[in-house]
Amino acid sequence: MNHALILPIVLPMFVGSLLLFGARLSMPVKRIMSFSVVLVMLPLSFWLMAQASQGDLQVYALGNWQPPFGIILMLDRLSALMLVATAVLSFFALLYATRGDDERGRNFHALFQFQLMGIYGAFLTADLFNLFVFFEILLIASYSLLLHGGGPDRVRAGLHYVVMNLVGSAFFLIAVGVLYGITGTLNMADMAQRIAATSADQAPLIGAAGFLLLVVFGLKAAFLPLYFWLPRAYASATAPVAALFAIMTKVGLYSILRVFTLIFGDDAGTLANMADDWLWPLALLTIGLGAIGALAAKSLHGLIAYLVVVSVGTLLAGLAIGTPESVSAALYYLLHSTWVSGGLFLLADLVSRQRGVKTTELVQGPELQNPYILGSLFFIGAISIAGLPPLSGFIGKLLLLRSVEPGLQMAFMWPVVLIGGLITVIAFSRAGSTLFWRVGLSQLDSAELDYGRLWACVGLLVLSPALVGLAAPLLEYVHATVSQLHDLPLYYQIIQAGGGA
Amino acid sequence: MEALFAAVLGILTASGVYLLLRARTFPVVMGLTLISYAVNLFLFAMGRLQTGVASVISENGKYGDPLPQALVLTAIVIGFAMTAFVVVLALRSVGETDTDHVDGQETKP
Repeated sequence: MNHALILPIVLPMFVGSLLLFGARLSMPVKRIMSFSVVLVMLPLSFWLMAQASQGDLQVYALGNWQPPFGIILMLDRLSALMLVATAVLSFFALLYATRGDDERGRNFHALFQFQLMGIYGAFLTADLFNLFVFFEILLIASYSLLLHGGGPDRVRAGLHYVVMNLVGSAFFLIAVGVLYGITGTLNMADMAQRIAATSADQAPLIGAAGFLLLVVFGLKAAFLPLYFWLPRAYASATAPVAALFAIMTKVGLYSILRVFTLIFGDDAGTLANMADDWLWPLALLTIGLGAIGALAAKSLHGLIAYLVVVSVGTLLAGLAIGTPESVSAALYYLLHSTWVSGGLFLLADLVSRQRGVKTTELVQGPELQNPYILGSLFFIGAISIAGLPPLSGFIGKLLLLRSVEPGLQMAFMWPVVLIGGLITVIAFSRAGSTLFWRVGLSQLDSAELDYGRLWACVGLLVLSPALVGLAAPLLEYVHATVSQLHDLPLYYQIIQAGGGA
Repeated sequence: MEALFAAVLGILTASGVYLLLRARTFPVVMGLTLISYAVNLFLFAMGRLQTGVASVISENGKYGDPLPQALVLTAIVIGFAMTAFVVVLALRSVGETDTDHVDGQETKP
């Protein structure tokens, strides 16, 4: 048993609890404690990725209960990829926060750690009810983090977010209850085997539970009928929190991919890949409406929040097409969109700090003090997220477009994605020219550029060219990830082997 | 017993949904509470409804499924924490926005 598997959960939990007890410690001490966790998680997540890339499943049986009886953690290539995405993003988000944003609430660092614990846990667990528990942990931390800084806007957005997610949790429990009632297990691999063996008259009930799960994950991932909470919540959150939230929609997408390849995967008989037909139109509509929302956004934060919706739609389209090429393109795009949209949220905050009362409203404001640095970063972020060459967004979209078979799917997919990209470019040109060129003659006296914050933002945006440089090994990895996801007997072995990996 | 149980769950859920759609924070919190009761009972019923069997394990092999009971306990604790959080948030919302409408502003007549 590889004990490193539990570290991503235990480490933030332990430090988070210490931080709760030490709520009155001085800020530097809290920052060092909190920062040391994300610093340790960086090499750890890459090491776990190296472990996972060998192709075996790593299984950690909690309390040494033999699967399927106890809860198990499972590390495969997909979980390792998500761990790396989270570790990198949280490093830069926390770096940004330690430059002053964490002083606006006493328990920021504790909540940040619990949020990380929930995210890592959701990526590692192989137990459906345990997934619910980790969802709740990351949600309750995110409720509080969203409100960090206070103010009526955040409270308004927070109330919607909390109530919608509580209803979502109720759905999740009903779905888990039905699946347990029929299959008698909560272990995902075991459940997959049993669903493959159930009689046909049980199939509608299992299918209903599966679609309930899809609704829950869709609420987290924020695709079409369920995304309306997102722009307001993300636009009102403090910058480092918004940046960290860039991974939250991906938790939903990860869960969709996990549940609908493993439990409702190729072996599930009449229920095999049942979500794809629904996800396909929803994905395209999400891209379309997200792009229109981006065009109509009144502030830079709102614009970026809608781009998160567009990227969710693009990723979902990749999952819905369901070929190995399209899913691996989506996984590559997932890394890109997580890091770049996180970086853009940080950049939007840097810009708004130099605009006084105008903040990120897209109206004429005072002249920026560092128009060249911020403008170049904005340019890099914009062409990357819009999918223009030569940055990572272009590669991701290109791979995705190439994965579509000629025919009806292509006739829908290409125009939607390409016109969505065009609208993104227009929205960004409009925002950029307003923020950087249509400025007044005066500058603010008080605003200044904090280099710690700037480096955190640069760090995330520079990952976009880095993803291009590392495209070859990364694509090899995501291809292997997808073929592993469809190698269901490998997952079934967890049950037979008794978790002694 | 199943029919009675199902009817109770249905009434609880329907009342919860109705209250949730009232769009005022207090009814919304009550609605969420009712829904979570219904969900907890539903989870409990997934271990099958039966009376007069041993709680965990017995010699004749007939016993209640302990796992849904554990799940319900977890769900109750989480639901309790979430309800407490929503109540605090709702109070904060009234304080910040001077209205108990969930949108933070009164709808125009």
